[in-house]
Amino acid sequence: MTLTRTILAVAAVGVAAMLACHGAGAAESESPPQLKWSFAGPFGLYDEAQLQRGFKVYREVCQNCHGLSLLAFYNLADPGGPGYSAAQATAIAGEYQVTDGPNDQGEMFQRPGRAADHFPPPFPNEQAARVRYNAVPPDFSVIAKARTYERGFPWFVIDMVSQYQEHGVDYIAAYVNGYEDAPSGFNLPDGSYYNKYFPGHSTAMPKPLVDGQVDYTDGTPAKGEQYAKDVSAFLMWVAEPHLEARKRIGFQVMIFLIVFAGLLYFTKKKVWAEVGGHA
Amino acid sequence: MSGHSTYQPQSRFMKWFEARLPIAGLIHSSFVAYPTPRNLNYWWTFGGILSFMLGVQFVTGIVLAMHYTPHVDHAFNSVEHIMRDVNYGWLLRYLHANGASMFFLAGYIHVFRGLYYGSYKDPREVLWILGVILLLLMIATGFMGYVLPWGQMSFWAATVITNLFSAIPLVGESVVTWLWGGYSVGNPTLNRFYSLHYLLPFVIAGVVLLHVWALHVAGQNNPAGIDAKAKQDTVAFTPYATIKDAFFLVCFCVLYAWFVFYVPNYMGHADNYIQANPQVTPTHIVPEWYYLPFYAILRAIPSKLGGVTMLLASIAILAFVPWLDTSRVKSASYRPLYRQFFWIFVLVCVGLGWLGSKPAEGGYVIAARILTAWYFIHFVIILPLLGLFETPKPLPSSISEAVLREGVPIGASGPAPGRDKARP
Repeated sequence: MTLTRTILAVAAVGVAAMLACHGAGAAESESPPQLKWSFAGPFGLYDEAQLQRGFKVYREVCQNCHGLSLLAFYNLADPGGPGYSAAQATAIAGEYQVTDGPNDQGEMFQRPGRAADHFPPPFPNEQAARVRYNAVPPDFSVIAKARTYERGFPWFVIDMVSQYQEHGVDYIAAYVNGYEDAPSGFNLPDGSYYNKYFPGHSTAMPKPLVDGQVDYTDGTPAKGEQYAKDVSAFLMWVAEPHLEARKRIGFQVMIFLIVFAGLLYFTKKKVWAEVGGHA
Repeated sequence: MSGHSTYQPQSRFMKWFEARLPIAGLIHSSFVAYPTPRNLNYWWTFGGILSFMLGVQFVTGIVLAMHYTPHVDHAFNSVEHIMRDVNYGWLLRYLHANGASMFFLAGYIHVFRGLYYGSYKDPREVLWILGVILLLLMIATGFMGYVLPWGQMSFWAATVITNLFSAIPLVGESVVTWLWGGYSVGNPTLNRFYSLHYLLPFVIAGVVLLHVWALHVAGQNNPAGIDAKAKQDTVAFTPYATIKDAFFLVCFCVLYAWFVFYVPNYMGHADNYIQANPQVTPTHIVPEWYYLPFYAILRAIPSKLGGVTMLLASIAILAFVPWLDTSRVKSASYRPLYRQFFWIFVLVCVGLGWLGSKPAEGGYVIAARILTAWYFIHFVIILPLLGLFETPKPLPSSISEAVLREGVPIGASGPAPGRDKARP
């Protein structure tokens, strides 16, 4: 009894201290709302139509400044992705101009893209981007895994069990629509914009999406919030293209391991019964 | 390795072979006939789990090395190439990255088990010190492996940790330049980290052999903390320990698979998916979870040299535990006071880990200082004094008596305090 009580008392003091410290260390950015994602959870799958809409938003808006350097056009036809056919992926590639070369004359030249090409960069080098945008727009290849927000205690422990791991997409979807007028007294540098979800609130990107900017042909509402959600889902697929295979194989592995553990347990029980069944 | 082998080769070939290289007999006496205390609980399965994890890290790591490029301009993208283009590359990499976490989880449980049951005491001091060396090697190997993807955390962790050596008086700066192979963390640093990350696991495997050798000389400790005296105190390693280890290993793999397949990036940092950039410092530079308690100790001390010294001392002090603990009784099951201090110590370590993940400011620093102080007080004051003032409970006269008296399967924890009253 004394042991349990001591441990409980120490643990209680510890938790109280953690909460107190947490309160003191807070005052960070607002947490983004948790949205519903088709790819969340142990059986999550990408929504092909959503990925295609997100790709459309990317092509018509984001692509002007943000690259997808790690993505090849043929990836668009990979299983567990946006579901384009190989012919469609090749056709999309043909709409891009990529730099190739050098040719026989030693010159670099432009040619239409092929399925094996990667998405061409939006600017030739970082300095060119700085001149043009006053900042270097980040590449989008793994951005859905490169962004997160602070969950704090006890949520970060619960996330391990609940499998919540859509921090990146929740953040991106919130950020894209998180533009507001700066509160009075906030010192916003020239050429910056106030965003309530961006760490430090001062971001170099102007509000990127407005209602009606991209045409949706499948009846999905052409709203800024919907654009943000769709493009975030698309970026999740770009960052984690094998997510569906991972979760599918994971379920098979789990079934195998649990059945195997059960068989071993009963075998162990039988073996140990010969020596009195202890341990 | 305990006495002469009882192995009798059956086939003519094995008789011929055994007369020339008696390796089958060695394996037989080490992993089949080896007598193991019959009262071992599941906390004793982590040695086997650790061996398995070492094997997993070898297999996945060697294949990853076939596809990885150790160059500052290519490392990040080569890891992404593994994740995207290599067949099941995502699986290999997630197995390896989460495998490191599982390795440390099992390692820490193994160490705490040793502390709880007094496994470091006579005659197992050398066995224990080899374990502390293994812990150090794991820490070094894991750190260098974390640098290889060349993300932001990789780069800045490498910068922070190598800079610790600059605290060495007089030669510190030169040592750091020598470690870097230049005047900042750069391509030579990445190359040597890759080389060492490939080398050190083989050193670990070698020390593991010594660790197992020392174990088989002294014999296993057990939850009662008393020596096996008669035949009925032990059972043969195979099938009894083997089947039990196998069962719990598969249970452990369920946890491992949970992380690999369902939350593969839970243990990592989002910042490490941003390519290393020496011009941009992340807001919080945080190591992997398994270094957090040590990181908290490092930052709790206001001076750099002091912090580094305490960091090293926090690991080195483990090697002295066999002599700091003055109690004659091994198992905490028979040490009512030590048992409470043990659990307080576990909570202190967890608390230090949490503080290590927080910025070094305000209340966090004060809390980290208190817990750091307790960490060392536990070893240098509490352990020696407890042995002098604590009245241990009466020990059972033999392992088989301990098993029979309990009348219940030896479960996950030691016997409950009240139960000993029934003993005459």
